[in-house]
Amino acid sequence: MTLLVQAAQIRLSSADEPSCYSRQVNEWVCGEYVVDRWDEIVDATVQHIGITVVAVVLGLLIAFPLALLARRLPRMESSILAVTTGIYTVPSLALFPLLVPFTGLSATTVVIGLALYALTILVRSLLEGLRSVPDEVRESAVGLGYGRRSLLMKVEMPLALPVVMAGLRVATVSTVALTTVGSLVAYGGLGNLIKDGVLTNFRAELFTASVLCVVLAVVFDALLVLMQRVLTPWTRGVRA
Amino acid sequence: MTVLTDMWAYLSDPANWTGSDGILALMAEQLLLTFTALLMAMVLGLPLALWLGHLGRGGFLAINISNIGRAVPTFALLALLVVAPWPGTDSFGPYGRAGLATLIALTLFALPPIITNSYVAMREVAPDVREAARGMGMTGRQQFWRVELPLGLPLVMSGLRLALVQVWATATIAALVAGPGLGRIITDGFFRSNYGKGIAGAVVVAAVALVLEMAAALAQRAADPARRTGASTPAGGHDDALSVTGATVESSAESVG
Repeated sequence: MTLLVQAAQIRLSSADEPSCYSRQVNEWVCGEYVVDRWDEIVDATVQHIGITVVAVVLGLLIAFPLALLARRLPRMESSILAVTTGIYTVPSLALFPLLVPFTGLSATTVVIGLALYALTILVRSLLEGLRSVPDEVRESAVGLGYGRRSLLMKVEMPLALPVVMAGLRVATVSTVALTTVGSLVAYGGLGNLIKDGVLTNFRAELFTASVLCVVLAVVFDALLVLMQRVLTPWTRGVRA
Repeated sequence: MTVLTDMWAYLSDPANWTGSDGILALMAEQLLLTFTALLMAMVLGLPLALWLGHLGRGGFLAINISNIGRAVPTFALLALLVVAPWPGTDSFGPYGRAGLATLIALTLFALPPIITNSYVAMREVAPDVREAARGMGMTGRQQFWRVELPLGLPLVMSGLRLALVQVWATATIAALVAGPGLGRIITDGFFRSNYGKGIAGAVVVAAVALVLEMAAALAQRAADPARRTGASTPAGGHDDALSVTGATVESSAESVG
């Protein structure tokens, strides 16, 4: 009887009861869930951001020398591309377990796995970007006395930046999404909440975490667009 | 490194390969899921994208659908579908537990690479080739079937190839929400601290993924009209069109899931 009364109360006056994410109601969108579990959500989001940023930066640090190597030695290029594409083909749920014997059940496993995926995209876009630099520009720079290093850093990289940034955006957005799979080894950021939401049939948790993932991806993308605008002021003049 | 020994023990035990929960049965289930979803995505996406590309309309949508697809985590979408009242976790014919939810998620994730690549393939046919076709008096339909489609076919095929890889990866993730497929060996192993089993499952999934990718690459090569006729310079310089930065970044850059 009391149960019935309670249920009725929850339905009638949800303001008084611990309502919209309770077992009986289990709503998808629930503000109270966000308020009550704020700390948990923030922790998961911070872990998500951390894993994503470290993975993309690591991917970039490996991709840069690889791309330069591929450019210097054209014979290496096809094998570098073949190996990275091969890694890319392996599903994330299989790649993480394959790393476990070496890195254990840790955040490192997820970070390395995601960095390997980002690497594939970044190597390609770095190569495409450097290739997009017009030969005349390169020749005039050499004629002006630029050495190999300053040619790369002062002429080629800035001109390659739009293509490289396009690749970086793609890599970052997909890394944000893939981080969720890290919940397999318990380091999945918001993916941990999604997994818990599925296991316990907790709709508010599942929905909030999913929406936050997409929001994170959009925010990262917007930040990178902003960064590109700041780094390439000359392209704005052309467009205007 | 005892995990690796466990893994080998799991893989070399024939009992783990046979039976209704064996590797072979799960692999068949996942392959069935993969090809059904790919077929559904082709039926839904190919005609629309090719037609829009032919007309040159709806480009914004066709390009951006890939960006949206990349931002939505496959795991989150699967989880939402499984927890929702419909399609839920009900068994669906030969597709196993949560079969319908998995099929829907797989189809949705196969659509972006197919739509974007097919659209770009139609748009990247060199304008002078298109103009020449019109000058010869070809109707819109003839232009599409005899000029645009043959020239765009390699890029369309590369979209299908990406979709295949993507669908296989997503089908693996279905196991994270207790769905069908080989991923179940991985999640079973990990959630019950039987890491050897988990890693064994991962090896099988990765091996099949590589085989599928290689088979798709061969199919793609076979569909390239320039290579098939052995011509050294393809008509309309479409080799250049294929290597333009935009299309290449797009086509190499789908999230794996």
